[in-house]
This record gives sequence, C-alpha cells and structure tokens, in this order.
Amino acid sequence: MDIISEYDSQILDAFWVTVKLTLLSGLFSLVWGTVLAGMRVSPVPLMRGFGAVYVNVVRNIPLTVIIVFCALGLADVFGVTMGARGNFDAQYFRLAVLGLSAYTSAFVCEALRSGINTVPVGQAEAARAIGLSFTQVLRLIVLPQAFRSVVGPLTNVLIALTKNTTVAAAIGVAEASLLMKEMIENEAQLLLISAIFALGFVVLTLPTGLFLGWVGKKVAVRR
Amino acid sequence: MSSVLYDAPGPRAKARNVIYSVLFLVVLALGVWWVADKLEEKNQLEWALWEPFFTDSQAWTTYLLPGLGETLKAAGLSLLIALPLGALFGIARLSDHAWVRVPAGAVVEFFRAIPVLILMLFANQFYSEYTGIDSEQRPLYAVVTGLVLYNAAVLAEIVRAGILSLPRGQSEAAKAIGLRKGQMMGTVLLPQAVTAMLPAIVSQLVVIVKDTALGGVMIGFSELLIERRTLASNYSNVFASFIVVAVIYVIVNFILTSLASWLERIVRRGKRTTGAVVGAAAVDDLSTGAAAGAPVTPDGVPGAEHGDGPADGVPDGGGGGEGDGRT
Repeated sequence: MDIISEYDSQILDAFWVTVKLTLLSGLFSLVWGTVLAGMRVSPVPLMRGFGAVYVNVVRNIPLTVIIVFCALGLADVFGVTMGARGNFDAQYFRLAVLGLSAYTSAFVCEALRSGINTVPVGQAEAARAIGLSFTQVLRLIVLPQAFRSVVGPLTNVLIALTKNTTVAAAIGVAEASLLMKEMIENEAQLLLISAIFALGFVVLTLPTGLFLGWVGKKVAVRR
Repeated sequence: MSSVLYDAPGPRAKARNVIYSVLFLVVLALGVWWVADKLEEKNQLEWALWEPFFTDSQAWTTYLLPGLGETLKAAGLSLLIALPLGALFGIARLSDHAWVRVPAGAVVEFFRAIPVLILMLFANQFYSEYTGIDSEQRPLYAVVTGLVLYNAAVLAEIVRAGILSLPRGQSEAAKAIGLRKGQMMGTVLLPQAVTAMLPAIVSQLVVIVKDTALGGVMIGFSELLIERRTLASNYSNVFASFIVVAVIYVIVNFILTSLASWLERIVRRGKRTTGAVVGAAAVDDLSTGAAAGAPVTPDGVPGAEHGDGPADGVPDGGGGGEGDGRT
C-alpha cells in the first residue's frame, strides 16, 4: 500500500487532467456537433454535403491518427500552437482537446440527427404552417425536443469520450493512462496499479452513466 | 432531398440558398487557401514528398502494406477470439439463474467501463513479467488481448441485444413444442440472433480496426500508424504520409461500414428472417457503459444510414416488438 501513499497526489493530478480533457472536449464537441447537425439537415445542399463528408471522414479515421496529427502535423508543420508558444504542456493539452473535439463532434452530430428524426413530423409541419423559417423551426421547435430525446445517446458519447481521453497519452499529455504506463514500468506491483486505474475509470464513467441515464428518462418527451 | 424541416424552395428561397451557398463556399475556400498557403510556405506540397506513394513501390511494399496487414491481422484475430467469449457472456447475462447472470453482468460492465488502452498496457506488462513470449511478438499479443477483453464485453451486449430483438413468439413457440432452455437457445434463438446482429458485428470491426492504432503508438505494435513514422523519417514527408495513411483508414473502414449497412438492409428485408436486426447505429450505444441503467433498445436509434423517414423508430425501446407483426 505504500505505492498509493507514494503516488497519491500524482494519481489525483493525472485523473484531474483526464477530467479536464473530458469536460473541455465535451463542451466544444457539443457546440460543433450541433452546428454540424444543423448543417446536415439544412436546405443548402453545399452545407449538407460538407456535414456529411466531415462526419463520414472523421468517424472512419482512428482517434489516435487525429491526435498524433494534431501534434506532428498541426504543431510542427502548420505551427499551430494554440496560444501557448513555448509552453509544451499547455500546447499539447490544447491540441489534444482540439483533436478530441474534432473527433467526438462527428458522433454528437449523428446522435443529434437521429434525435431530430424522432421528433414527429407534425411538429415541424405545424411550425412551418405558422410561418416559421428553417432556423426558427430548428431552434424553437425541433432541436429542443431532439435534445431531450438524445440525452441517453449523448451520455454514451460522453462516456466514450472519457475513455478516449487516454489516447492523449500518445502525444505525452500527462493524463491517467500515461501515469499508469510509467508506474507499471517502474514499480513491481502490476495488478495493484492496474486495479487502481481501472477503478478510477469505473468511478468516472459509471456514476455519469447512471445519473445522466436517470436525467434522460426524466426529460424525455412522453409520446 | 426534401425534408419536413423546410418547404420545397420557391423563387425567393432558391435565391437565398444560392447566397448561403456562395457565402459558405467563400468560407470553405478561405480555409483551403490558408491551409494551402501554409503548406506551400513549409514546402509540404513539393512533388518530391508525394512522389514515393505514386512512383516508388517501395513505400507501399516495405511500409504501408505490411503495416496495414498487421492492423488487419490484429483486428481479425481480436474479433475471432472475442466473438465466442462475447456470445458466452451475452447468453450468461440472459440466464434464469442469478448466480450466473449477476457475475456475468458485472464482468461485462467492468470491461466496458475501462479504456482499451489501460487493458493493452496491462496486458503488455503482464506478458513481459509473467510469460516467456518473446519481445518481438509481445506487442501483437498485448494488442489482441486488450482488444479481446474490451470487445468481448461489447459483443456480449450485441449478442444480448440480438437475442432480445427476436419476436417473443419465437421463444414461446420453442417452449410450446417442448424444447428445453438449452435447445431453445441453441436451435431457435441463437441462429436467428446471429443473423440479426451481423451488421452490428461488422460495425464493431470498424471500432477494432481504429483501436489497433493505439497499440502502435503506445506499445510499439508495428501497425499502419507506426509504419507511417518510419516511412516519414525515410522520405521526410510528415504531412503527405499522414494524408495517405488517413485515406487508407477511411477506405478500409468505409468498405466495412458499407458492408454493415448492406447486411442490415438484407436482414431487414429478408423473407426468411423475422426482420429483427441490431443495427449499426446501436453499436455506438452498446460500446459504452451507459446502457447499464437503461433498457437495451435492440433497434437502436433510428438508423443514421436510413434516416429518410422521420420517427421511423421509437426512441425508448419498442424495438423488439417491431418484428411481431411479421411472423
């Protein structure tokens, strides 16, 4: 058990980075995913096409490729430093958030789009009949109902995102799995260390799933 | 494409759409121009950097194709090993005996809640400390082990959803002709469930292919992404090699995704099936732990691929009932 007392602050710090990665990427991908979903159902063919291409390309590329590209391609070739020139920790953290958001927003978009499909036809027809424009229909009538019905699927996206933050270790962001790699290589207690980190992720994902699953049932539109 | 969200455009709406299209095109063009400008500035567009992929077969035979082969080998092995394990746990979760059902459920939920990277790192270290697998082969073993542990749990959920998606009449009829539980599962439910979940299994293969890339960077498995690194250090074409590798992944996964939706259409329409299907879209939901509290919705979210009719599925769980009318 000395290993826990020896590393306790480091373990907490690492999981804190995991949580920060999750929350920031979750927020950005929710926003960008909603914009993408709007594009995919919009009357402008070019925007629909862009949305479809973005989602289908990004979903089929491994997240690892995207994140490593953010570090090697964006940072080294394009010189994108995300406003943290010289501070490599902050720079790679922000690049990881960028990569995670770009990837996750494709899944948010698809979840939302299937939510839009669950809104009864009559809702949109009635909205059009009283003369609302496309953006008004989407903003006032369809999206609020769609969001309420996709809390469950979005929770799944959030949990997948929590687990996906471990990929940031590939570019050296000091989150939980990178610390685990260091610890199991340097200490002789493989099972204990692995159990600690596995438990950490169970603690992060299980309550989130249960709580948001409950919220999803509460807010779902009864039909 | 028509949509319930907007009317067929009249003259004014058409004009407006044109304006929006032009504006959007300008924004896109600005983005492309910025990227191209940066690339030009860093000399990334020089033909010499792209040439190896078109004129020099060595780039393919030495790096990319072997890398792709390793990726597909690891993915295929993982699926083959995870399938029977997943079927076992999926059926165990449906058992009538609590002492089978509860532990199986706990194991499945545990492995679904853990990132696959944690499992890979654990397997890698475990093999190096406790087994004599030589270090050349160890990354492959570790990657496959990690992927099997995680995907067996996901496949268990897919199998469970597949069995639950069958119309209740099937198990009722099996009971009526006096089959025992084992016979019912083995001769009636499972064969039909396999058909129903084929699309979901193929889409899970996409997830597995994508996850192999993690094993490359983190434990040195020589798959496509790692081979890209060696290739780029030889030809010093970081940007070009990333684009080529990304295109390879997109093509491979696009083929798998198309196969999945083709299978889904076949199964849905099939005259000899009940029409019950675990769609590709269900995989996203089954692959995380969130479904723990919620009922499984076998039909998943109304399909992303065929979302032509709005409200073509009920969001909370009427899926299993859909096939009933057709038996």
